[in-house]
Amino acid sequence: MQQPDFPTKDTAAPDWHLSSGESGPVLTLQGSWMARTGNIPSFPGNGLDAAPAGSTLAFDTRATTRWDTGLIAFLWDVKRVGHDRHITLDTQSLPAPMRQLLDLLPDVPADKPTSHKKRSTFLEVIGARTLNGLTEIGTVAELGAMTVKGGFLALTGRSRMRFVDLLTDTTNAGPYALLIVGIVNFLVGAILAFVGAVELQKFAAGIYVASLVGIAMVREMAAVMTAIIMAGRTGGSYAARISTMQGNEEIDALNVFGIPTSTYLILPAVLSLVITMPFLYLYGCLVGILGGFVVAISMLDITAAGYFHQTVISFGIGQFIFAFVKSIVFGAFIGLTSCRIGLKAGRSAADVGIAATRAVVVGIVGVIAIDAIFAVIADVVGI
Amino acid sequence: MSDTRPTVLSMKDVTLAFGPKVIQKNITLDVKKGSIFAVMGGSGCGKSTLLKSMIGLLRPTAGEYLVDGDRYWDGSEAERTELNHRFGVLFQSGALWSSMTIGENVALPLQMFTDLKPDVIRRLVELKLGFVGMLQAIDLQPSEISGGMRKRAGLARAIALDPDVLFFDEPSAGLDPITSARLDDLILNLRDGLGATIVIVSHELSSLFHIADDGIFLDAKTKIPIAHGSPRDLRDHCDEPQVHAFMHRERDEEGRN
Repeated sequence: MQQPDFPTKDTAAPDWHLSSGESGPVLTLQGSWMARTGNIPSFPGNGLDAAPAGSTLAFDTRATTRWDTGLIAFLWDVKRVGHDRHITLDTQSLPAPMRQLLDLLPDVPADKPTSHKKRSTFLEVIGARTLNGLTEIGTVAELGAMTVKGGFLALTGRSRMRFVDLLTDTTNAGPYALLIVGIVNFLVGAILAFVGAVELQKFAAGIYVASLVGIAMVREMAAVMTAIIMAGRTGGSYAARISTMQGNEEIDALNVFGIPTSTYLILPAVLSLVITMPFLYLYGCLVGILGGFVVAISMLDITAAGYFHQTVISFGIGQFIFAFVKSIVFGAFIGLTSCRIGLKAGRSAADVGIAATRAVVVGIVGVIAIDAIFAVIADVVGI
Repeated sequence: MSDTRPTVLSMKDVTLAFGPKVIQKNITLDVKKGSIFAVMGGSGCGKSTLLKSMIGLLRPTAGEYLVDGDRYWDGSEAERTELNHRFGVLFQSGALWSSMTIGENVALPLQMFTDLKPDVIRRLVELKLGFVGMLQAIDLQPSEISGGMRKRAGLARAIALDPDVLFFDEPSAGLDPITSARLDDLILNLRDGLGATIVIVSHELSSLFHIADDGIFLDAKTKIPIAHGSPRDLRDHCDEPQVHAFMHRERDEEGRN
C-alpha cells in the first residue's frame, strides 16, 4: 500500500464475485483496492442473497494486488450486510492485517445521537427572543451594578481589583489610542470645514465655518467618533480576550478561587474606558477644531485670532458638559457590553471571532443609538 | 544491528535549538519500517521538540534528517508538503479544528488532497471513525465530546490519508488506564493493519513497555541522547543511572532536588 507511484499492471479495477465453495459461500476479491482511486465499489444490500441464512462466508483474497483502507471499507459493507442476513463471516480466511482492521469496525450502523432541534412556532420564537432580550438587559444591568459597587470599593481600597490590571488596560485604551483618535478627529474636523466653507463662502459668511466645526465637534462628532474607534479597538479586544480565557478554562479557574470576574476582569476594563473616554473626547475636540482651522485658514480669508474667537463664542459650557457626560456613558457602555459578550461566548476558536465581531457591532450600533437618545434629551432639556 | 527492515526516518548528529538555546544535540537515530519507536526522557528534555522537528515544524540547526533516504530539509517547501502527506500526527490534546464537526475534521484532508467525490469521502470518514470507535460522534462538535474521545477523533484524522508514518505526542496523557490501554491496542492494530511506522513520545511506562520495540532516551541535563533501544531492553539492561531511574520510577537522588 505504500508505493507512491502507480504501476499500470497493478491498477486492475477492483472486482468481486460470490460463489459457493465446498463449505459454504466464498467471496472472491481481485484487482487493486486503493481508496485514493475512488473506484471502490459498494457492496449491495442484496449482495448476499445467494448465500443461505445461517451459513458462514469465507473470503478469497489471493487475487488482490494492492489494497489499503478502501478494501476495508468494502469488507465493512459485507460485514454489515452479513449481520442483517445472519451470515457469519469467516474472518480467519482473511490475511491478518485485514482481519485486525475489520475486527475494529462495528457490525451495526451506529445510532447517532438525534439532534434536539425542534421547529418552534412564530409565537414561541417571539417569546423566546423577548425573554432572552430581557434576561440580557438584566444581566448587563447586574454586571453594571456589580462594577459600580466594585468601583466604590476600589475607591475605599477594599476591592480585589489589582491596580496593575487597571494601569495596563488604561494604558492600552488611552495613550496607545491617541494616534488613531487624533487622525480620525483631525480629518472629521477638516471635512466639516471643507463642506461648510464651500457653502458659507457663497453668503460671505466664511467665519461661521469656525462655529460649524466647533459646535459639531464639541456636541457630537468628537464623542461619537472616539466612541466608535474605541468600540472597534478596545471593545473588540476585550471581548476576544475574555472569550479566549473562557475557552482556556481560565474563567473557571477564577471562579473556583472565588475571585469575582466582575471585579477582577470587568472592573478594570470598564474603568479604563470610563477614565480614558472623557480625556480622549477633550483631545478629539481640540484636534478636530485644529483640523477645521487648518482648512479654514488655507481656504478662506480669515485670521487665526478671528477663527478662535468665533470658535470659543459658538458653543456654551452646557453643551460641552453634556457631551462630556455622554462620552463617559459611551465608555461604560462599550466596556460592559464587550465584557458581557466575551463572557457569554462559546469555547471554540470560531466563537472568539464571533464574540469580537459582535462586540464591535453592538458597540457601534449602541453608541449611535445612545447618542440619539441623548439628542432627544438635549432637545427636551433645551441645551 | 540485526534489524534488516528498511529505515524510514533517520537523523544524523542533529542539533535542535531555539535561537541560542540548545534543546538537544548529537541526535542520531534510525526508525525502521513497521516499528514503534519511542522517544523517552524526563519532562523538559526536548521530546516534543524532537517530534516537532521530525514532522517538519522545526528546522534543525545542524545535522541531517532523512525521510526514506531523501534529505528532508534540502527540498523545497512543496516537496516537504508532499512528504508530509505521508505523515499522520496525533497532537497532545487532539488539536481538532473547533469550528468543524468530528466528521468534517476527518474529511478535510481528504477534500484538500484527493479528488474523491463527497459520498466516497463520507464513506472513508465513517470507516476511519469506525476504526477508532467514534462513529456515533461523526456529527458532534469537538467541544461536545470528552478528552479521550477527542484523542481518538484526532487519531482518525491522523490516519485519514493512510499515512506511512504516524506520530503520537503523549497519546495516553490525561486518559484513564483503561482508555489508555485500549488506545495502545488500537495503535498496535493500526500498525499491523495499515503497515504503518509509528513514532511515539511518551513517558507512560506501562504503555511504552507494551507497545514500543525501539526508542531513544533523551537526557535533560547533558542535552544529548544517552541510550538507544526498546524500552524493555533499557529497563532490563541499561546501566545509565538516569535511564535506570526513569524505567524503575526511582527518585533522582543526585539530581535536581
